[in-house]
Amino acid sequence: MTNGVPTLEAQKEEAPVLEGAERTRERRAYVPRSDIYETEDAIFVLADMPGVDEDSIEITLEKNVLTIAAYAESSDLGDYEPVYAEYESGDYTRRFSLSDQIDQAKIEASLRDGVLKLMLPKAEPARARTIKVKAD
Amino acid sequence: MYRRYLRPSLWREMERLQRDMNQLVGGLSSREVTPASFPAMNVWTGDDTAVITAEVPGVLADEIDISVVGETLTLSGERKPEEHEGGVRYHRRERGCGRFSRSIELPFRVDAEKVEAAYDKGILRITLPRAEADKPRKIAVRAS
Repeated sequence: MTNGVPTLEAQKEEAPVLEGAERTRERRAYVPRSDIYETEDAIFVLADMPGVDEDSIEITLEKNVLTIAAYAESSDLGDYEPVYAEYESGDYTRRFSLSDQIDQAKIEASLRDGVLKLMLPKAEPARARTIKVKAD
Repeated sequence: MYRRYLRPSLWREMERLQRDMNQLVGGLSSREVTPASFPAMNVWTGDDTAVITAEVPGVLADEIDISVVGETLTLSGERKPEEHEGGVRYHRRERGCGRFSRSIELPFRVDAEKVEAAYDKGILRITLPRAEADKPRKIAVRAS
């Protein structure tokens, strides 16, 4: 694809089990496919999480580690029998370590069409600091 | 097992063999999820209705086209990349974009006029009622 945009993929990648910590829920957990980009004032995170409700997402930022955890509802359709499957619904989990200082109070999150969008504004001191090199 | 998806084509037979092998080798991965191209779909059947669900996160509802011809459903559309004003620097780019088109065989002939689709939380749900003419008819046996 042009401009380094990856092609569409259907398979969700399963999240690795953390060493020494087992998941409490007996469901699959996936690593949401994500885009991360930076503007002058903020860092944006976009994550594909189909089936997730805004109330079931937990976002935490601690010591520059951003953790996204979401619980997707079961995709079972009551009266219907599954006859063929290409995907399974499950939870989503992912962690990123951020290199910039973030203004925690101004973080914004929105969910639309199964995509989470996070806006993490850079804290004042982290913003464009140009250091002029003086010639002797 | 659902017969329609087990047509004795060489390709399907190969897939099945591979799946069986994977299960033997992988041991615990017993849940059967068939690898597919975008978008991943699940098929469900109920009394005279089939339901297809597909994971299409980030695709706008107006960008999805659904067509039913005979016993084949085609799902096509486009996932557009986000547009930015001004300069942005990507750290990571994993979310694919582009056009997609897929066809799937339905378990029975459906009434194309009554097909309904709903889109919520990145999941498309298509409800396909079985065509009247295709419904199994009960034949009473008369005692002579």
